[in-house]
Amino acid sequence: MGLTGLEIFKQLPKTNCKECGFPTCLAFAMALASGKANLDSCPYVSDQAREALESASAPPMATVTIGTGEQEFTIGGETVAFRHDKRFENMTGIAISVADTDGTDAIKEKVNEVNKLLFDRVGMIQNVNLVAVNNKSGDAEKFVEAVKAVKESSKFAIALITEDPAVAEKALEVCASDKPLLYAATNDNYETMTELAKKSEVVLGVKGTDLNNLSELVEKIQELGYKQLVIDTGARELSQVLADQTQIRRQALRKVRSLGYPAFTMVCDDDPIQAVADASVYISKYAGIIVFPSADPAEILPLITLRLNIYTDPQKPIAVEAKIHEVGEPDENSPVFITTNFSLTFFCVQGDIEAARATGYILPVDTDGTSVLTAWASGNLTPENINESLQSTGIMDKVNHKKIIIPGGVAVLSGKLEDVTGLEIMVGPRESSGLPTFLKQRWNA
Amino acid sequence: MAVNIAKEKWTSKVSEMVIGTEPNAVKVGGEATLPFLHFEGEIPNRPAMALEVNDMEPTDWPETVTKPFKGVLSDPVAWAKKNVEYGADLIALNLVSADPENKDASGEECAETAKAVAEAVDVPLIILGCGVEEKDSEIIPAVGEALSGQNHLLGLATENNYKRLAATAMVHGHNVIASSPLDINLAKQLNILITEMNLGADKIAIDPLVGALGYGLEYAYSIMERSRLGALMGDKMLSQPIISFVGPEAWKAKESKSPIDENPAWGELEKRAILWEVSTAVAFAQGGSSLFVLRHPESVKQLKTHFEKLMVSNKY
Repeated sequence: MGLTGLEIFKQLPKTNCKECGFPTCLAFAMALASGKANLDSCPYVSDQAREALESASAPPMATVTIGTGEQEFTIGGETVAFRHDKRFENMTGIAISVADTDGTDAIKEKVNEVNKLLFDRVGMIQNVNLVAVNNKSGDAEKFVEAVKAVKESSKFAIALITEDPAVAEKALEVCASDKPLLYAATNDNYETMTELAKKSEVVLGVKGTDLNNLSELVEKIQELGYKQLVIDTGARELSQVLADQTQIRRQALRKVRSLGYPAFTMVCDDDPIQAVADASVYISKYAGIIVFPSADPAEILPLITLRLNIYTDPQKPIAVEAKIHEVGEPDENSPVFITTNFSLTFFCVQGDIEAARATGYILPVDTDGTSVLTAWASGNLTPENINESLQSTGIMDKVNHKKIIIPGGVAVLSGKLEDVTGLEIMVGPRESSGLPTFLKQRWNA
Repeated sequence: MAVNIAKEKWTSKVSEMVIGTEPNAVKVGGEATLPFLHFEGEIPNRPAMALEVNDMEPTDWPETVTKPFKGVLSDPVAWAKKNVEYGADLIALNLVSADPENKDASGEECAETAKAVAEAVDVPLIILGCGVEEKDSEIIPAVGEALSGQNHLLGLATENNYKRLAATAMVHGHNVIASSPLDINLAKQLNILITEMNLGADKIAIDPLVGALGYGLEYAYSIMERSRLGALMGDKMLSQPIISFVGPEAWKAKESKSPIDENPAWGELEKRAILWEVSTAVAFAQGGSSLFVLRHPESVKQLKTHFEKLMVSNKY
């Protein structure tokens, strides 16, 4: 990955010994470049060359996994700076913080609130990922108690927030097997913290004092042989975090190894609206993990939704289920709307029927998640498959009329559709925003 | 080893649009880098925010957002003044009464309303028709003429009605919003058509037709990012500042209307609703939008603080 055949060739012994199974070193290099061969097939490659090749062919940003079982989630592994260039790979992990000074009851109560932060968005359950336990007390015993309380009650993975290795060690004794995130290694404690992370095989958060310092610190930790990291420049002011996280992403893509890790930051603004705004910036611009102070669903729902939007694969539109969707509480007189299962199209139709304060049934025909005109042009929205959807869902049994409303953009289908279905075809507006007027003028008339 | 700060060398920048006249002009755009990357290039203007005024009392606005305007909703002049008190940089006047479905108000009637609003406030206006393309191409020219020389921002010019709107902007000294449905090529094409009529490229704002958070936000977001990259790389037909109609979209979303007893898992309605508008705008500011049409005064207040935080230098 990343290296051309010729670049690899330069690192090979160039003896053409054929022991790798290829006729020449060049042929072997080309095969390596396209991923069809493995460097291990060459018995004579020097250790130095092996290291150079392995590090050059590594992906730009490490992928790390936190938690185990149901709680496990993965971050990092990003390959682009703009989602339209390919896609963003692994959604920002959202951690909700609790402090060990709050007392076990308050902690359990908050964790209970965090456990409820599961939202159904376009048929996918979206949730927060971590409970971050902050060693605000500085006391090991209090911290362990808090960690235990979280471990017992939380549905999500744990982040241990302490810079005291002695405290971290005690906490790891209780929860190392849950693969928590250990945060943070700093200039002062990195050797012991790295040892601890290594021993427990947990992801280590590295906190610098700025971008330069972070990079140096990561280099030192890499020299100690640990690479399961998330990295934090220590910035907490919105503008600086944006700049630093942009640098981390750009440096990673330029293969600067000391910054090729997911970025970590904490949201600190005391005003809840400002905190959500800050977090929205971080989710849009490159955060691997954010720690957020509140478990209020009114604050988390926008963040979870934004995360889903930003991390949607631009090449794969989200489709809604091709089944009967009810708007409001429709009855046997309610209109039946035909559209496609492209989520954006569907939501526009749904929203505009709601805006008209009408009820209705929407039947999104499975068009592989494409919009009305695209589906029509590619033959995925035809009188036949509309009829098939009508039949298989039995939607017309729910109403006592024989009318369906089709999108104005495919008015051309109406004649054939009438023949195939035997229903009265009403041609709706071209844009769903015309639905309120359409319903007022044509349906209710 | 010290980090070698990664800076892109952009060859061009977003054009700067002036709305209104001195001393009350509002400037938007002019960025020479990606959103808020002060370490890479100049960002001369904080994003600007308009609050909406309808010329008829809105019937479909949720209570959360009509509450702050109690007593002024049927009086566009009083409403506009209230918006200025609330800190709006501009007033976005929606001439919904022109809709044949509503009062079918004439160009003259609309011009009168617009004139009254313009006289009542110092801030510049964004003047929008009723969204019926044909009707808008009748009323906007009348409004533009009545406010001749005041350099407001008129909309929406679409591929079907841009000629009369662009001509009005040219003759009477205004700017125009070029609106196209979620497609960067259509946006570019409309800019070409409008500039071919000799309206200056710096007199156009791009409306990519945004969706709210959770309702296709990502499409507009990526169009904005691509458009900004195009502007920075020298594409003059994508270099216009981007306007986001966040208010109308965000307040249409279920999340800003559904009370807590209907969706207990979503939390308190008012906070959630305001956050829906704020987060949508925050994301589009990150995409590259620099002009926002908003509905709730709290959103304006919060976003002003937010943008000021983002305008703090982050030079290395």
